Amino acid sequence: MKIALFITCFNDLLYPDVGKAVVRLLNRLGHEVEFPEDQTCCGQIHFNTGYRDECVPLVRSFDQAFDGFDAIVSPSASCATMVRHHHETVARHSGDASLVASVAEVSPRVYELSEFLVDVLGVTDVGAVFPHSVAFHPTCHSLRLLAIGDRPRRLLEAVSGLELVELPGATECCGFGGTFAVKNADTSVAMGEDKIGALIGTGAEVLASADTSCLMHLGGLLSRQRSMVRVMHLAEILASTGPAR
Amino acid sequence: MSGSPAGREPLPTFAGTPPFPEAARTALADEQLRRNLRHATTTIRTKRGRAVAERPDWEALRLAGAAIKDDVIARWPELLTQLEANVTAAGGIVHWARDGAEANAIVAGIVRAAGATEVVKVKSMTTQEIELNEALAREGIEAWETDLAELIVQLGRDLPSHILVPAIHRNRDEIRDIFRAEMGAAGRPAPADLSNEPRELAEAARLHLREKFLRAKVAISGANFAIAETGTVMVVESEGNGRMCLTLPETLVTVMGIEKLLPTWRDLEVFLQLLPRSSTAERMNPYTSMWTGVTPGDGPQAFHLVLLDNGRTDVLLDEVGRQALRCIKCSACLNVCPVYERVGGRAYGSPYPGPIGAILTPQLRGIARHPVDEQTASLPYASSLCGACFEVCPVRIDIPEVLIQLRTQVVRQHGWRARTFGEEPVAMRALSTAFANPGRLDLAERVAGGAGRVVGRRGRIGRLPLPGLLGAWFRRRDLPAPARTSFRRWWRSRSSRGES
Amino acid sequence: MAEPLEPGRIVTGGAPGETARDAVLARIRAVAVPPPAAIPRDYLTSLSPDVDILERFAERVADYRALVHRATSGNLAATVAEALKGRGARSLVIPAGLPADWLIGLGPGIERQSDDPPLTYGQLDAIDAVITGCAVAIAETGTIVLDAGPGQGRRALSLLPDRHVCVVRAEQVVGEVAEALARLDPHRPLTWISGPSATSDIELDRVEGVHGPRNLDVVIVG
Repeated sequence: MKIALFITCFNDLLYPDVGKAVVRLLNRLGHEVEFPEDQTCCGQIHFNTGYRDECVPLVRSFDQAFDGFDAIVSPSASCATMVRHHHETVARHSGDASLVASVAEVSPRVYELSEFLVDVLGVTDVGAVFPHSVAFHPTCHSLRLLAIGDRPRRLLEAVSGLELVELPGATECCGFGGTFAVKNADTSVAMGEDKIGALIGTGAEVLASADTSCLMHLGGLLSRQRSMVRVMHLAEILASTGPAR
Repeated sequence: MSGSPAGREPLPTFAGTPPFPEAARTALADEQLRRNLRHATTTIRTKRGRAVAERPDWEALRLAGAAIKDDVIARWPELLTQLEANVTAAGGIVHWARDGAEANAIVAGIVRAAGATEVVKVKSMTTQEIELNEALAREGIEAWETDLAELIVQLGRDLPSHILVPAIHRNRDEIRDIFRAEMGAAGRPAPADLSNEPRELAEAARLHLREKFLRAKVAISGANFAIAETGTVMVVESEGNGRMCLTLPETLVTVMGIEKLLPTWRDLEVFLQLLPRSSTAERMNPYTSMWTGVTPGDGPQAFHLVLLDNGRTDVLLDEVGRQALRCIKCSACLNVCPVYERVGGRAYGSPYPGPIGAILTPQLRGIARHPVDEQTASLPYASSLCGACFEVCPVRIDIPEVLIQLRTQVVRQHGWRARTFGEEPVAMRALSTAFANPGRLDLAERVAGGAGRVVGRRGRIGRLPLPGLLGAWFRRRDLPAPARTSFRRWWRSRSSRGES
Repeated sequence: MAEPLEPGRIVTGGAPGETARDAVLARIRAVAVPPPAAIPRDYLTSLSPDVDILERFAERVADYRALVHRATSGNLAATVAEALKGRGARSLVIPAGLPADWLIGLGPGIERQSDDPPLTYGQLDAIDAVITGCAVAIAETGTIVLDAGPGQGRRALSLLPDRHVCVVRAEQVVGEVAEALARLDPHRPLTWISGPSATSDIELDRVEGVHGPRNLDVVIVG
């Protein structure tokens, strides 16, 4: 199986450790991973904000970069959603039949990390060790569009030493929402503050999620409030073999 | 109002609502409002969950509901004229109105012809949309809202903030104060010792309104559904104020949006399951009234049905957006919306708040045909696209999909207008250019990484006094500093070292 | 840039002499909308045969905080009398066509009024109670449906008095909404009643009893 890592522009620049964790994790499970260096961005920020024309070249370059792989694995539920659900819309919008065809070819091969581990590789115990209490935030895209369900939970429950704590109101949006976070910053912050209020009430040491975008927002609020709770991507926990540094 | 019975200062209207982010900021600052909203939305969405879980066939009902409504739109002229013929054959009079002004003029004419100077009203979103009460007031006709929540809003000289529970933003103490202060000027006063107990407040409303029901000559209602096949019109409600209005006055005027049609009588087997469970979270609402034309010796002897367009045919123009015409105004999407829960309904600047309002209002205001104003243009962005609304919608309106579609319309219409969008279009173009080429992205990342080292402290960037959208991020949130080495640089160095 | 739509402004325009009806229909006809492939009706239209329909009906009506009485044809009159007495009714309006034997248990303490000739609304408002039959009842939703037929009267009768006693015969109870619709005539004025009048407009706190009858008694016969 030829596996590509779709890092996402976000993780590339702000959270490179998440990409490194995915590589470590998949290597440990016996799989080679390639990183097609032509990849840039899936176009989600443009698409969701209404800049559909500007999105077309990004979809085109995505398909070129990832052509020929059996599986394209991403540590982002929301970017995986963009490719799987919306690239087709953008391709049709472009009126370019060859783009429609290449999207039909490439998009279905994109997997969010936990989907790939559980559904394709068939593992839930990835041999990780992480002796900390963790609250998991199931992001909206992973819940409602990718419908990855309890896969991240099953993976976390199998991690040695990890205590999974219930996050009240877990399925409610954290308030990030892409450009919503800046275009409606006050509402976004109000939603995020309620979320971290619930989080702090659990006493968890770590907040984990399948999307660093939500974690950037929640982590940014926690950091401003000088909270000791750390935010970590699911991949970093699954790649871990001991206590957090 | 303009519509105030005692000729007092004008009632507020939605006109002049600022763009959503600004209106939301004002609402967020109101702690009492946020507590009231959180309590109310949490209560009702928990109840709804139970009512829906009881139906093992819920998804099948949703699929049927969506398809029936799509069928209505596909056969719209045929079904509308069928309804018209059947209502007429049963002794009703059908009027058509292109817009609110036409509808208001028709209604005022009917009221005047009936020799009335006041009307009792059943709660109706459509008449709010066309500001019928204000129009009637200009004609010297008083319109009394009889739904308890609408009464609270009307007496409180307030604006509604929810489709189902318009006074959801008010708590019991506020309601008691409004009743004590305002009922007397509108009719029978509230008892001087009125408490804040919901039971006592409801009793005060019962007594206050009963005299109005018994003397009214004309009632005005909306319609939840109208059956083309039979000419039957119906209203669902809880309190019995609807039955009073639909039964006692001599003349009944129903103002109905043209999308409220159903093709057949049988279709109610779907919608009478979907609506109550989604709306009030009950198996069935306490009262549903159905009537076909007039019945000699029973109820109103004159029935007028006003079929209202007012932008609905504009909604038809967008092939993605037109699914909003399926809406049965249940308000389930409001109750699950995290944005609505925090800012309430009035920030949306329209009688249709929440997720459905964010897609319906711009379309009713003609976004498919011409550029809309700034407040309207802000509505499609009043969502984090979390998708909770689509999950609960009984007629499967994919609200996030329509929001994105409308955002595309807004960007096309407003283009580079700095007043609406600030630096956003420039940033979007720049990002698109950078992302279209990995080499350029790499360069941009190195620049960002360098900048991050300058402004970052211990891997994070704290308060940055920036203007515009970036500044909006930093007011309450930090940001991780861009990595010194991006992932792609790390990968390249790792590859060149021959690791795998 | 267009101004926001003001409700008072005619925005649609149209050709001189064109009626609103023509204009609206023309605007719709200008857009071709494909019909849905089919209308899937894979939902339930009857209750599972192992559900006791009367039991389900009684339980669901009671859920709305209506009072449910089970009776046989033998003790129906006594049950009706009991229900009215329990609500403290001293006057009762009787719709035309109500079976006379439902009322033979009433004592002299209840003043009976007929609606023929029709009472004024003021008179009806002053009467304590109404007794009616119904057209059909729905077990799953705990609903009774009145169609102004014999023994039910015009709609105002079951609206203005504050106490409503409704007698439901076993064979009138169906399982699902779909079955009720099939039995009803849409050309009659229909009132679907599911419990007493209620409101949740104040803090979503349910209060039974606003404008409609605040007390509902359902007597199930059979």
